[in-house]
Amino acid sequence: MSIISRGFRGKRRDAGDRLPPGQYLVEDFPVLSAGPTPRVPLDRWEFAIDTEAEQTHRWSWEEFMALPAETPTVDIHCVTKWSKLDTTWEGVSLDVLFEDVETAAEYALVYSYGGYTTNLPLEDLLDGKAWIVHRFDGEELEPRHGGPARLIVPHLYFWKSAKWVRGIRLLNDDWPGFWETAGYHNYGDPWREQRYEGD
Amino acid sequence: MRRLTWRPAELVHSSAETATARTLRFRVPGWPGHLAGQHVDVRLTAEDGYTAQRSYSVAGPADGDLIELTVETVPDGEVSPYLTEDMRVGDQVEIRGPVGGWFVWRPADQSPVLLVGGGSGIVPLMAMIRARRQAGSRAPFRLLYSLRDPARRYYAGELRRPDPGLDVTYLYTRSAPEGAARPARRIGLDDLAEGGWPASFEPECYVCGPTGFVEAAADLLLALGHAPERIRTERFGPTGG
Ligand SMILES: Cc1cc2nc3c(=O)[nH]c(=O)nc-3n(C[C@H](O)[C@H](O)[C@H](O)COP(=O)(O)OP(=O)(O)OC[C@H]3O[C@@H](n4cnc5c(N)ncnc54)[C@H](O)[C@@H]3O)c2cc1C
Repeated sequence: MSIISRGFRGKRRDAGDRLPPGQYLVEDFPVLSAGPTPRVPLDRWEFAIDTEAEQTHRWSWEEFMALPAETPTVDIHCVTKWSKLDTTWEGVSLDVLFEDVETAAEYALVYSYGGYTTNLPLEDLLDGKAWIVHRFDGEELEPRHGGPARLIVPHLYFWKSAKWVRGIRLLNDDWPGFWETAGYHNYGDPWREQRYEGD
Repeated sequence: MRRLTWRPAELVHSSAETATARTLRFRVPGWPGHLAGQHVDVRLTAEDGYTAQRSYSVAGPADGDLIELTVETVPDGEVSPYLTEDMRVGDQVEIRGPVGGWFVWRPADQSPVLLVGGGSGIVPLMAMIRARRQAGSRAPFRLLYSLRDPARRYYAGELRRPDPGLDVTYLYTRSAPEGAARPARRIGLDDLAEGGWPASFEPECYVCGPTGFVEAAADLLLALGHAPERIRTERFGPTGG
């Protein structure tokens, strides 16, 4: 039996079939993070990929900026229910960063300046599905939105798109991250509405 | 594995908190209990099956299967005006939760606590204050409550009553009461330095409210030397304030 909220009609801002279940559209860009915004000076910034065989690949800001860039336009979906369509970013595809990385690992733990972590299967980062971005909407990425650089993995809920990204650790076994140990879903597919543990 | 299921929830009581906010009490059969600071998801379903969901903090400890939310009416909002203006006692929504294992206070925690709330961001902080009182905790609490003007105060009567170990400071941003020492302005370094705890006391800080407010307050706490891992934030809305 379904529960009807008497007299409720809703606003139904139409997004066609681009809105996952339970989401609503926003025009502005809300912010969600668990603590204060870390500030990372560019001369001390680095990005690293650590493999399960303890090989580390590192990029300084200059090296990172010299890599071939892409400007993906994607829809993003936050677990707190807002979705934003056609957001444009600029950054480096993870495929480029993984070019010389040798690994048999299946899992990735993404870690950030400020201590945030999030986990996902490595394959969700590859084949044009994820980027490390440093510009949003043609502007430098603001610290509160994850600048100097953040991960974006738009096909998963946005908490997987770690702000202030610092590196990716490759693992043979899955290792739950910050929200994933605080009751949120381990995978987080918005189209299957995997918000919370057990969804 | 724990599953969060949608439960039918019936409105059993609704009272005005301010001219624009209401506290709503729901009966949620089978409610599993929650921690202070956690939130729930509320789902509304129209006759034709259209649904909308939003998150709301729980305002205090559960009383059996009764839980309370306090909702601010966002003009032209999809969900909040329904909850605060259209709903009548006996009407139903669905609720699932509790959600969130980070922005929580547990009665076993003895550390000093600094609560910094902006606008409706007071709601999960009030849940912590009520949980503290209910548990007879002696953890020292300080609340800094930033709001536009005195008419916007939530829980005004309750926060006026003495609650040993809890200090409450109002920070008005638009208009302060007649004769107030502090002129109306946004939260600043001196507010947190005077009304908060010294960083050396290592308080747990909880900051909640609109995004702009949370950003500003969390940055000020960092500037005062509070460790980032002891500053927990919850951002309610997209708009600055
Ligand atoms: C974890 C969490 C806990 C929350 N707890 C509470 C709570 O205890 N009490 C409470 O009242 N709200 C709370 N909120 C906010 C709530 O979820 C809704 O966002 C809010 O009620 C607005 O929903 P709406 O459908 O009425 O407006 P919408 O239809 O979503 O929005 C209408 C317009 O208002 C703007 N808007 C949306 N939200 C806000 C806002 N908060 N302030 C100002 N403008 C806004 C939108 O950008 C849009 O332009 C919480 C949010 C989160 C993420």
